[in-house]
Amino acid sequence: MTDWTTVCNLADIDPDTGVCALYNGEQVALFRWGSTETVYAINNFDPFGKANVLSRGIIGSVGERPVVASPLYKQHFDLSTGECLEDENVAVRHYQVKVENGVVLLA
Amino acid sequence: MSKKRIIVVGNGMVGHNFIDTLATSEHASELELITFSEEPRLAYDRVQLSKYFSGSTADDLALTTEAAYQQQGVVYTLNDKVVSIDTHAKTVTTAHGQVEGYDKLVLATGSYPFVPPIPGNDQEHCLVYRTIEDLEAISASAAVSKTGVVVGGGLLGLEAANALKQAGLDTHVVEFAPRLMAVQLDEGGGKLLRHKIEELGVSVHTEKATTEIVAGEECRYRMNFADGSHLETDMILFSAGIRPQDELARQFGLDIGERGGIVINDFCQTSEEDIYAIGECALWDGKIFGLVAPGYQMAKVVADNIVSALITHDVPALTFKGADMSTKLKLLGVDVASIGDAHGHTACSKSYVFNDDIEQVYKRLVVSHDGKKLLGAVLVGDVDAYGNLLQLMLNDMDIPGNPAALIVPSSDGEESAGLGVAALPDTAQICSCQAVSKGEIAAAVQGGCCTMGDIKEATKASTVCGGCTALVKQVMDAELTALGVEVNNNLCEHFAYTRAELADIIRVKGYSTFTEVLEHHGNGHGCEICKPTVGSILASFNNEYVLKDAHIGLQDTNDIFLGNMQKDGTYSIVPRVAGGEITPDKLIVLGEIARDYDLYTKITGGQRIDLFGAQLHQLPEIWEKLVAAGFETGHAYGKSLRTVKSCVGSTWCRYGVLDSVSMAIALENRYKGLRAPHKIKFAVSGCTRECAEAQSKDIGVIATENGWNLYVCGNGGMRPRHGDLFASDLDDETLVKYIDRVLMFYVRTADRLQRTSVWMENLEGGLDYLKDVVINDKLGICDELEAGMTKVVNTYQCEWKTTIESPEKLKRFSHFINADEQDKNLYYVRERGQRRPATEAERIELVNLDTASE
Repeated sequence: MTDWTTVCNLADIDPDTGVCALYNGEQVALFRWGSTETVYAINNFDPFGKANVLSRGIIGSVGERPVVASPLYKQHFDLSTGECLEDENVAVRHYQVKVENGVVLLA
Repeated sequence: MSKKRIIVVGNGMVGHNFIDTLATSEHASELELITFSEEPRLAYDRVQLSKYFSGSTADDLALTTEAAYQQQGVVYTLNDKVVSIDTHAKTVTTAHGQVEGYDKLVLATGSYPFVPPIPGNDQEHCLVYRTIEDLEAISASAAVSKTGVVVGGGLLGLEAANALKQAGLDTHVVEFAPRLMAVQLDEGGGKLLRHKIEELGVSVHTEKATTEIVAGEECRYRMNFADGSHLETDMILFSAGIRPQDELARQFGLDIGERGGIVINDFCQTSEEDIYAIGECALWDGKIFGLVAPGYQMAKVVADNIVSALITHDVPALTFKGADMSTKLKLLGVDVASIGDAHGHTACSKSYVFNDDIEQVYKRLVVSHDGKKLLGAVLVGDVDAYGNLLQLMLNDMDIPGNPAALIVPSSDGEESAGLGVAALPDTAQICSCQAVSKGEIAAAVQGGCCTMGDIKEATKASTVCGGCTALVKQVMDAELTALGVEVNNNLCEHFAYTRAELADIIRVKGYSTFTEVLEHHGNGHGCEICKPTVGSILASFNNEYVLKDAHIGLQDTNDIFLGNMQKDGTYSIVPRVAGGEITPDKLIVLGEIARDYDLYTKITGGQRIDLFGAQLHQLPEIWEKLVAAGFETGHAYGKSLRTVKSCVGSTWCRYGVLDSVSMAIALENRYKGLRAPHKIKFAVSGCTRECAEAQSKDIGVIATENGWNLYVCGNGGMRPRHGDLFASDLDDETLVKYIDRVLMFYVRTADRLQRTSVWMENLEGGLDYLKDVVINDKLGICDELEAGMTKVVNTYQCEWKTTIESPEKLKRFSHFINADEQDKNLYYVRERGQRRPATEAERIELVNLDTASE
């Protein structure tokens, strides 16, 4: 059975922005899609800029894919899979995430 | 192999162009270039001489500097002239006795102003108009005169009249011929030009032969004319034509034309094989060429010839084949152009004339007897057709359709029928100043150029007089289309509009959020390109708090936390220090904060202080202290006004003429917070010494004795560009009004991340168009632009003050949403007493130390 951990309230994430949560000692970037209850979770570490900053990037879409652009050098990462769109050899970890009763949970 | 010695006598525009051609050629290292100038400075732009009276300095007009020559290894001697040539020993001797040997000698001695032999023409306030020293004398004379007369109503005479008018004199032009610009214009064109110039307050007297200059009654002098009339004036400027400066060549036995000029062949060689002559001193096929473009062509020919003779031993590739003397220029603000046989001297030629007294436009076409070929044209008041007409004539093309259509405005307000640039041959010369052909522009496009800025940089086309700008753009666009390049200016995949189009949409529809704009005019979810762009446009109209819920997701890396993100994810803090003026108390506060938080501290180029290395959670604490001490945000993170740099100005400086610091502070406070397509920098200098380097800024203001000179669209950075003089001698109110309009026009119409310089270069019509919009309100939008700016000014808020007063907003300022811990990935080392982020190698060592100690 999946072990879900509460990390924050949905209301803590402004629409269309990201925050960083500490989860099992890891830095996880959480993004809220518009004003919806859809939240994405990927690792906060930018493998190009080598800094924990991805949660502070702008989110949007490339074609059908939801992405975040790194605030340092603007590479795009797929929010669902963690894949880098500019370099297929690079991906950041992605996490299972759900929203229940206004609370964001990670696994 | 020893270097070949090339001596150039004269360092005018053409002499310099020749030196520059060789000094930047692949053979530069095999040549020793030596030049002599009898003037006290190196080459400057004589074509723009009258700008000296509208605020340009000798430095502005300079075409090169002593430092540049030294770097290129060009040996130069100023204030000395060559007085003899020994063609056997191949040496020259100067007035000061210097002797130099040459392999090849180039005479670029130019011309001197012709002063008619009128009794009394040698008095103190009888001057000529040719050098910067002449201008200084004119300036000194104008200061003690009320009325000035220019003798000569030709091209140079009218330039000189402009100078006198700008010096504030009651200005008259006296011309021997029955009309102005008798060489270039026909009767109808001359008549309209006269009318327009008289409207500007310059009195024109034609068919006047001056017989003597005697003491005046009301003024200093009285000029008596052959027809019995007279004119009183305080000073007289002779500008009655030029004569080739051929004295040296004449003395040392070179062939000279009957009426002067050093005779040259198609290689620009004189009667001595190793001596060349170029520019206005040279006589080719019985003709003197008094324009700069043919001089540049001669310079190219000689450079090629000399390299062929001395180095490559190839057959020279270039010859001089004469030059077209067509011109297009603005005289006293009036557009005038003359092409080819303007007078219809060709046998059996016929004319078309269009005359519009209401709009004050005169156009004449001279065509061949069968009406198929264009032979010449005169244009006054509207010279838009110049480029097309010139190409028709130069390329001997058939006139498309009815020739009248070339000059008659069509009834539906569309451009009159021109010729498609596609019809031009590749050899057609599009830019005559830099001799750039259509083929070269096309090649540049094929090489990847796709903006006017690219083309200018790659080919130099359109970088001298700018007369060919519209034509160059047409060639570029046609070539892009031919290459199948769809000129796609879409902002990004989410919006099929340019930034300027989106700004129009948002203004007309009155949108206030990105969501609305995306829903009605875009698709997808947006991205890091369109979101900040729309955010910036919304801010320029509504100027709402940028971290408001509706806007927060639009903010770029730096704006979203109101700081500048550095490579390790920490931020730098730059409080506003308007005009660079700061009290000791405030300076101490900055020092204390930097010390307490161990922030790396550095003075910026914009006269303020940057504090590096603050973590997210520290930003609000630090700003609380800064705001309490009276600081405001400096918007160093924004695409917005950065700083207004200033020198200390008249309050302290011995040379300052106006209070540059007060003006800088006023401007910085007025425009702070204005969101723009890119960052904007200003500077204000208190005198023409220009210590604030205002000419390298988007908006530069320089004090003069008569007010402020405004420069626009300069920048430093990757492609530095000097600002252009926009308006002179402004009072405070007009200065602010013009800046309001320029900035708002830029904010509304520029592309994303387009600096003011590129924006202006891409405006069709460039600087003149911008002046027309801002000064003359050509588009009738100035009221709206000013109202827009007033709104931004009145709704300014310090974003940091608002933020620290909003507990909700402060929540975001911590590294983790669910923990008080900090980012453990930050490692620093100390250098020169401050910390800096560890390099990759240093970091590995530090990480190992950490792990070992755990």
